Amino acid sequence: MCLGVPGLVTDIDDLVAVVDFWGVKRRVRLDLVDEPVSVGDYVLNHVGFAIRRIPPEDLQTTLEMYEQLLHEANRSDLMSADVRGEIEAGSK
Amino acid sequence: MNVLEFRDRDRAAALGRALARATGQVGRAPVSVMHVCGSHEQAIAKFGLRASFPRDLNVIMGPGCPVCITDLPEIDEAVALALTGVRIATYGDMVRVPGTAGSLADAQAQGARIETVYSVAQAVDLARATTEEIVFFATGFETTAVATAAVILAGPPRNFSVLSAHKYIPPVMEIVAEMPDTRVEGFLAAGHAATITGCGIFEPFVARHGLPVVVAGFEPLDILAALVRLVELVRDRAPEVVNMFPRCVTREGNLNAQRQLWRVFRPIGGRWRGIAHVPNGNLRLRDEWAALDARRRFEIDTSALWHHAPSALVRQCICGNIMAGIASPADCRLFGAECVPDSPVGACMVSSEGTCRIWHQYGGIPRLDAGLTSRAPRAGGGVSCPL
Repeated sequence: MCLGVPGLVTDIDDLVAVVDFWGVKRRVRLDLVDEPVSVGDYVLNHVGFAIRRIPPEDLQTTLEMYEQLLHEANRSDLMSADVRGEIEAGSK
Repeated sequence: MNVLEFRDRDRAAALGRALARATGQVGRAPVSVMHVCGSHEQAIAKFGLRASFPRDLNVIMGPGCPVCITDLPEIDEAVALALTGVRIATYGDMVRVPGTAGSLADAQAQGARIETVYSVAQAVDLARATTEEIVFFATGFETTAVATAAVILAGPPRNFSVLSAHKYIPPVMEIVAEMPDTRVEGFLAAGHAATITGCGIFEPFVARHGLPVVVAGFEPLDILAALVRLVELVRDRAPEVVNMFPRCVTREGNLNAQRQLWRVFRPIGGRWRGIAHVPNGNLRLRDEWAALDARRRFEIDTSALWHHAPSALVRQCICGNIMAGIASPADCRLFGAECVPDSPVGACMVSSEGTCRIWHQYGGIPRLDAGLTSRAPRAGGGVSCPL
């Protein structure tokens, strides 16, 4: 409940963004983020809300751990389950 | 496949050596530092980091699991309300946390209607789809409380209300720092909570207690690098705030989120499981939002639950001491025996961020101290150090 998950913004309608999480698209709210977000940006999401726009230069470092976690073979792994839960927090 | 590849093995090995060197240079043993984040404990356990920590370094998980520190009175309020027939929506882990007379799952077995959600926004969607009352049992630290604040400010439907058990981390660090049995010499602060609050929030704490605080990310290398810096600060007797997660954390934090948080919530004192009373540690809705406050909308009577004495098993649970940092799961006689993830006795075995649940999954810590390995957990097996 504390580990956010990054995703790519593919569409924005006012305070709701469509965010692509490794192929899974979810609607995420933009009420809390503190700078303008545009299509093509990556945002860090927590319980269905973007809490930070991730600076592009930091992107690769940020994504790598999540990619490993999502490839985790063990479905009961706590950390990867929490990341999947964070993705499910967006509306369909 | 518990041990993942490090992005840079050479750097990980170098950090491991630097950590051993700095710990040795402190000149006394053991050196005890605390982190306050379930995701840090997951990463430490999952990546087998503890095996690479020097023997004289104790990295303790403090009160960093929001599900675990939610104490009986708040669970009881949710259970009592659910038993009156009101539909409750809450985050998944909360459903199984035992209260005085049982959990929300037990209430569900008696006919109560409990909905599991991943986001408060999904609870609002539930309310929009019905005319029935929906109460969101809101748990989590400031990282999660800001989302509750945002939906309240956005104007939820009239049949939606909030039963807030949100908690605020900075005040509990003040309490833990002064606990005589814990003797923490420095704190690792959680990166994503600090994304909201900013790392500047720890400056008054550092000034008051003379203890360093290092903000850390969640990758194995982030955690190792932050621990090296923290132990160096302990060694140098340099109480400072250091931000080792600048790609997510700034000094001032997310001001927009902070404004929404404090427009909706006010801090009040309250009980945390294992930590007792924490001044300013609980977040309640401000009077302005009374109409959305489930505590004011409903008469919640928990007295009927108090007739149930806690079971013999619950009385043996040492979750409180584990969260205060004075015991580890290996010290608990129930751990891995009567208390397992499928039938948890205490809150720390329920949540994916609970110390007991994490140690149970990842095989606990392959620590060298004989006292702690004697009751090694069964599941998962010990993970070897990838360094």
